[in-house]
Amino acid sequence: MAKNKNKNNNHQIHESAGSRTFDVVNVFIMLFLCVVTLYPMWYILCASFSNNAYVSAHPGTILWPHGFTAGSYMLAFTHPLLISGYANTLIVLLVSLPINMLLTIFAGYFWASKNVMLKKPFVIMIMITMFFNAGMIPNYLNVRSLGLYNSLWSLILPGALSVFDTIICRTAIEGIPHSLVESAYLDGANDLKIVFKIIMPLIKPTLAVLLLYYGVGHWNAWFNASIYIKDNDRLPIQNIMRSILIANSNLLNSAGADTDQVDMFADTIKYSTIILTTVPVLCVYPFLQKYFVKGIMVGAVKE
Amino acid sequence: MKKSTKSKAQPADRKSLSYRLAKDWSMNKWKYIMILPVVIYLILFCYKPMYGLVIAFKNYKLTRGIDGSPWVSPWYYWFQNFFEDPYFWRLIKNTFVLSGLTILFGFPAPIILALLLNEIKSNKFKRVVQTITYMPYFISMVVMCSIIKIFCQQNGLFSTIVEAFGGTGQNYLMNGAYFPLIYVLSDIWQGIGWNSIIYLAALTSIDQQLYEAAKVDGANRWQLMTHVTLPGLMPTIVVMFILRMGNIVNIGYEKILLLYNPSIYNVSDVISTYIYRLSFPTSGMPLYSKATAIGLFNSLINVVFLLFTNWLSKKTTESSLF
Repeated sequence: MAKNKNKNNNHQIHESAGSRTFDVVNVFIMLFLCVVTLYPMWYILCASFSNNAYVSAHPGTILWPHGFTAGSYMLAFTHPLLISGYANTLIVLLVSLPINMLLTIFAGYFWASKNVMLKKPFVIMIMITMFFNAGMIPNYLNVRSLGLYNSLWSLILPGALSVFDTIICRTAIEGIPHSLVESAYLDGANDLKIVFKIIMPLIKPTLAVLLLYYGVGHWNAWFNASIYIKDNDRLPIQNIMRSILIANSNLLNSAGADTDQVDMFADTIKYSTIILTTVPVLCVYPFLQKYFVKGIMVGAVKE
Repeated sequence: MKKSTKSKAQPADRKSLSYRLAKDWSMNKWKYIMILPVVIYLILFCYKPMYGLVIAFKNYKLTRGIDGSPWVSPWYYWFQNFFEDPYFWRLIKNTFVLSGLTILFGFPAPIILALLLNEIKSNKFKRVVQTITYMPYFISMVVMCSIIKIFCQQNGLFSTIVEAFGGTGQNYLMNGAYFPLIYVLSDIWQGIGWNSIIYLAALTSIDQQLYEAAKVDGANRWQLMTHVTLPGLMPTIVVMFILRMGNIVNIGYEKILLLYNPSIYNVSDVISTYIYRLSFPTSGMPLYSKATAIGLFNSLINVVFLLFTNWLSKKTTESSLF
């Protein structure tokens, strides 16, 4: 035993050099990861402020703005299709979020409540939708039959409730001491009052994370709009970006815009729209970072 | 108020169903009112489309609607049509290959990141790395795919790097051989930080005394990692793995739709992208019924995988979804 310990001690002295090497290597791995993560965003930022011809000739390899100009941003703020794109995304976001949050809180509160006779059938009804979706065409035909085709409502109403987020909300509500709710009942408050006056203030961090999840989801969504929306001026900004960035279409030339301007910034306008759509989200999430764990833990290791 | 009704609940159990329902309604009226909009939403946008699945067994005509369209015979016509489709095996192969590769390389990546972050001594540096690596998760699919497209161009970033080392650059998105690599690497890039959160959280719950005890026994850092940290993470890893396996057919088709082009369909076309092209073809008539049948087939595989992994998880980890 003593011999063994001695051997291990020797081992440890021998290791300390290796241990230090590991620390250095580890820091370098982390730095590499940060560079790989940040470089694309840095490149896009630089390209958005660069001279158009230079950007076209150097896709992916700009480390510093070349021929500094903010002209592409001026175009982004004045082009009718880009303005309508941002406006549509904002409308969808502002109308969706209250609906998402109300449905999620109501469903979560109902799910967390006890002594409700018909709780089980309703909960099963919610759960099934998490595992089984009708699919692309039945959903598409449904949107058409409800008269939502080519309307922003088709981006707001389908998917208004996420079961996963409801489970997060339910777990947060279950964490509230029952005595608080009980005493509110005794004071004569009804469930609606309890939700708004007691539950919601107590689960604020969870609600903030849910708001972020729903918000980012709407902000970044493009697929539904690509099949539910027909008119260009009703498309959200992600779909406009998809046309000019992925499909390389000349969509921007066709909307009664100043074509000279569009041609002048044909490439850099792509980069400035990316910056304008990505930066708002990147400014929000670090403030909610400490709450992320809560949301994810619940989803993975529930019950 | 609540208490008094509760104490009377015992005799009420023996009363008739209608009496109990009335009692329940008077007690939980507001809860039912709150769940009403949720139920309306579920019926309109989840269950009503499920009725639309019948067109998988019909020959759907837009002008005649779901109910007016004629049934196909035999009832499995569209399924048989799909199984005999020249693309059938290609779709199955691509779906499982891309999904399998993503799991093989994408699943361990965040675990390794969490282990490495755990070894970082400066808390400030650790937090900065975390914040930065979470970032790609918030970047939209459209933006990420356009970045990939720009970097993969003939004279783009990747070609420049390859040429710096003496190779010849090319448009990597036009060469099918690179598609799985691009798909998996971008997946890791986007998810590594975000997916490590759960493991970092699990790390904090490992008993610190275990580390002290192991140190007293003379364990070095490598041994601490393999004998204390990894076993401590194992339950989380198993649960996450089972959850991931249950999702194997749900491949990220949005990314494929944005990245692929006809010249690399042979390696990039998966079941869901095929459904999309059948439903919204650039030319010709859409095949709604066939697309619905394939979608149903896809969902059924998913449910089977889910039930299987749930059963497996119940047996091995005693934690399950239902």
